[in-house]
Amino acid sequence: MNETASQVRHEYAVEMLEITKKFPGVLANDRVTIRIKNGEIHAIVGENGAGKSTLMNQLYGLYHPDSGEIKIFGEKKTFVGPRDAIKAGIGMVHQHFMLVNTLTATENVVLGNEPVKGLNFDLKHSRQVVKELSERYGLYIDIDAKIEDMPVGMQQRVEIIKTLYRGAQIIILDEPTAVLTPQEVEELFVIMRNLQKDGKTILFISHKLNEVMEISEKITVMRGGKVTAELITKDTNEREIARAMVGRDVVLKLDKAPHKPKDVVFEVKDLQVRDNRRLEVVNGVSLTVRRGEVVGIAGVAGNGQTEFIEAITGLRKVERGHIIFQGKDVTSAHPRLLREMGMTHIAEDRFKYALIKPFPAYYNVLLGRHYKPPFAKGAFLDHKEIKRYTAELMEEFDVRPRIIEHLGGNFSGGNQQKLVVGREIKANPKFMVVAQPTRGLDVGAIEFIHRQVLRMREQDVGILLISMELEEIFSLSDRILVMYEGKIMGEVRPEETTIEEVGLMMAGKKLEEIRGGKL
Amino acid sequence: MIVLLAILSVFINPEFYKIALTVATPLMFASLGGVFSETTGVVNIALEGIILMGSFTSVVFTYLTGNVWFGVLMAVVSGIILALLHAWGSIKWSGNQIVLGTAITLLAQGLTGFLMEPIFGQPGQTDFVGKIDEITIPGLVEIPFIGQVLGEISPFVYIAFGCVAFGWWLIYKTKLGLRMRAVGENPEAADTLGINVYAIRYFGVIMSGVFASLAGAYLSVGEIGQFKELMSGGRGFIGLAAMIVGNWNPVGAMLASLFFGFFGAFSNQLQSLQEIQVAANVKSLFDTIPFILTIVVVAGVVGRSRGPAADGVPYEKHD
Amino acid sequence: MKKMFQSIAVPVIAVVIALVISALVILAIGKNPIEAYGSLIHGAFGNQQAIIDTLIKSTPLILTGLAVGFGFRAGVFNIGAEGQMGIGALAAATFASNFGGLPPAIAIPLTMLIGMVAGAGWAAIAGFLKAKTGAHEVVTTIMLNSITTYIASFMVTGPLATGYGSPKSPEISTSAQLPILMRVGAMELSSGIVIAILAAVFMYVFLNKTTSGYEIKAVGFNPYAAEYGGISVSKNVILAMAISGALAGLAGVTELMGVHHRFLGELAGGKGFDGISIALIGQNNPIGIIFAAILIGALRTGSNEMQFMGVSKYIVMITQAIVIFLVAADRIVRAIYARKKVEA
Repeated sequence: MNETASQVRHEYAVEMLEITKKFPGVLANDRVTIRIKNGEIHAIVGENGAGKSTLMNQLYGLYHPDSGEIKIFGEKKTFVGPRDAIKAGIGMVHQHFMLVNTLTATENVVLGNEPVKGLNFDLKHSRQVVKELSERYGLYIDIDAKIEDMPVGMQQRVEIIKTLYRGAQIIILDEPTAVLTPQEVEELFVIMRNLQKDGKTILFISHKLNEVMEISEKITVMRGGKVTAELITKDTNEREIARAMVGRDVVLKLDKAPHKPKDVVFEVKDLQVRDNRRLEVVNGVSLTVRRGEVVGIAGVAGNGQTEFIEAITGLRKVERGHIIFQGKDVTSAHPRLLREMGMTHIAEDRFKYALIKPFPAYYNVLLGRHYKPPFAKGAFLDHKEIKRYTAELMEEFDVRPRIIEHLGGNFSGGNQQKLVVGREIKANPKFMVVAQPTRGLDVGAIEFIHRQVLRMREQDVGILLISMELEEIFSLSDRILVMYEGKIMGEVRPEETTIEEVGLMMAGKKLEEIRGGKL
Repeated sequence: MIVLLAILSVFINPEFYKIALTVATPLMFASLGGVFSETTGVVNIALEGIILMGSFTSVVFTYLTGNVWFGVLMAVVSGIILALLHAWGSIKWSGNQIVLGTAITLLAQGLTGFLMEPIFGQPGQTDFVGKIDEITIPGLVEIPFIGQVLGEISPFVYIAFGCVAFGWWLIYKTKLGLRMRAVGENPEAADTLGINVYAIRYFGVIMSGVFASLAGAYLSVGEIGQFKELMSGGRGFIGLAAMIVGNWNPVGAMLASLFFGFFGAFSNQLQSLQEIQVAANVKSLFDTIPFILTIVVVAGVVGRSRGPAADGVPYEKHD
Repeated sequence: MKKMFQSIAVPVIAVVIALVISALVILAIGKNPIEAYGSLIHGAFGNQQAIIDTLIKSTPLILTGLAVGFGFRAGVFNIGAEGQMGIGALAAATFASNFGGLPPAIAIPLTMLIGMVAGAGWAAIAGFLKAKTGAHEVVTTIMLNSITTYIASFMVTGPLATGYGSPKSPEISTSAQLPILMRVGAMELSSGIVIAILAAVFMYVFLNKTTSGYEIKAVGFNPYAAEYGGISVSKNVILAMAISGALAGLAGVTELMGVHHRFLGELAGGKGFDGISIALIGQNNPIGIIFAAILIGALRTGSNEMQFMGVSKYIVMITQAIVIFLVAADRIVRAIYARKKVEA
């Protein structure tokens, strides 16, 4: 890990000049130029689809620019693959971790650069090296644990150690805080500052403005594949960044009618659920949802939300406890029964659950009601009615392109979600499970979907909202529950709580402990 | 009662254990082949065809050169060629691996059938061309019982155990093995670390061809010294079942193969017991035992064993 | 129109490439491929008798092709059509020799029903195990194929043995035999071909027009989404295997009732496996499958004549293997196709 003289002295660690990258139908990067000073923490912000990840993937050699130039410590580089980028001193922690779940932390760190002893892989030496790195930067990990047995925060630290092991001088962190609690984010920032002290240059990709303001020295803002602003953190503010990000002043607050809940429509009592590895990931959750209210479940990803949603929608077996819908015990009932009774579900994973990609739109909007009139006449489908209904739905929910034969997989993310939202709303639910409804969508689509959720609330539908986005939870919910390791940490009202309080619950503190004054 | 005693007598006969080992040997090779291929993430049901081709090729070259071991060597070459074909379709062209495997098995059946007449002048089966004799291990052969089981036996049995040991060492103790496991579990992660996913997968599939062809060579020149049409008899598939039961681990697959071997030998011995007087035609029902057993075991075990996450999924670089 | 052309282009080009490679194989053993193919075509279509023979051979192939193709549409790979065909014929043969007292109007549908139920039940075992335990249907159906072989040999040497000649079952009652549609020389084309075409129509209507077809396709494309939409995945996997098995069983009974009139130890003789290539060449489309079955039927018929000039009929198997390979890795074909286009 000896830096050459030029690496130390050159003013810029990274220069990406006039980078253009096209994908079929999209100009992902349009003559983007950024310069990152040696030793600085530089934030790159922008909305989903702004071209941040594409830009970083080119810096890491995963994509190749159509035109433009990349210089590392002043030297022009062409990366055929990540191996070249790694050699040039670049490390990247991807948004979706690039870890092998069945291997240990140590094995993951050294993978691709394994110490050997004779013909054998030298595990002893590997462990020692990983341990040293972990201690040196305060990146606490269990070096012999398998990735699949680790909490997400630790997995991220393994990823950072991976880059350090390869001698990275420039570290790209792609949306690293998306999976962390506010407290874990603080810990990450401490680590980032440690790395900076050691002379590393850090590229911090984010769309969370408060974090960017806290940690970075410089900010590059991207929108629609272009750089729209280059700002010095101490001379700017969140409003200015936001404007550069979306191109207009953002409406952060939605108009919401006053909270008028009716009778209880949905109830969960002491629910216990296991995941695919038979671990108890939901452990004693109880809650109620009334007609005409939005109950939000906040929490960091991987705290049992997925399994909880699957259990209450009939997609996963319940180990213990009860689910009561409209006064009827529907524990482990089949999804068809739940749908018949008036429960619909906007699934968190569109591709896994909500959409059949090779089906045309007119078959996708049918899912769940395909066997009933007006779509079915006896054993046969009524294609004429199906197509008429599809056209109506696409109009009402502004799904583009308005082609009913378009295949589910060929719509853009936002339009796929509108198709799903439309389908689940037009089924006239009495109760809706709305999970991560806006993940990966642009501002326009987010706003549209939020309005739809509130519209359903006003029509006295009970709504259970599960989201990792605190902002979404705060702006839509009437009550907020926080889930941590399969348990509810507490219930608060958005107008009576703070982000900090919810953040502490997300990190595993019970509401009573927090309000008990100890913290 | 007499029947029960007769059945028990099967288990105290060393010959039974020797037969069990010989039944298990091709399954050990085949399942090890499956482990190598699937560890890197390529499902290989072409094993069945590769075994058949291995049986045929070893007989052909034994017949042509008179050297049985040269026959075995050429069987391995044939296995590598068919495996390469599977790898090419699966890795380079992202084809459906199960359908490709079916195609290669059919190709092997077609080729062996097609070449019978031009080479041997007769369809169906060849004459005896020579076989690899059992080896006698001095010292071991004198030990009672164990000597009767292992002291004088086909060298392929020892080769099979050797291959399993080698396979276990390679997959769990070397750098290459670590990379194989990584590629089968998360090829994208391996790729971002500069590991050549395609090369590793080619290696896994080619090795599966090597091992499966040894299974084939054993069936022909290792056991009976001739080739018979379709003589692989489903062993490629039973080998894959053993791999699943053995949780994609070379040693586990070996144990599962031995388990299948013991049941194969049991149904075989049961048929020849004089105490159980059965009509000749009923014996063919005994032959269904290994296949029923395979279904039962696979159905019973599959929920609990877990294969590599990216098994059967073609890897495609974006860009 | 363009889409239809493209879906036909892949299998057609694959067949052409396979024939070219097979020609090279024929050349390699010192025979003239043009002459070989000439005799093959003559054997398949050279005269009326040959054409009838091709249609006779195509009849079970249409049905096994539909069986496998139906499975593919439902997301299951039924590699066990061979065994389901055998068990269907075997079950029907077991009963149908006693149907002498029944009028054909009852004996024929009853015999067909027995064969279809047997095939469906045999396949449903694999479907059930896949749905309930996750056991892969490729492994289980292959094992069931082997089991079928031994059961069949037990039956024809034991309970069903006729006691003379090679092992076989007694002839089924005349009232259970399918009426002859056309007779040319010794060749009798039974009404089995009509049954096969009706089965293709059934598959088209079922998959495209019914709610059950919608459910089966949804499960095939995305089982998670299907379950989410209230469609039972296990029920539909079992149903899909059962229907697929019923079609294969029907292939067995039409052979029994229309061609051999008795069960001959081994009945499917590779026709179940041919179903795989036929389904792939026909792109799992009922009409495509009919044409693909006639193609393979013609190769099978013609290869007998080719055999007289010293080219083993196994060449057909090789050709089929190459076609399956190319259709599975269809990008090879698309790449060749794209290059041709650029050059032109």
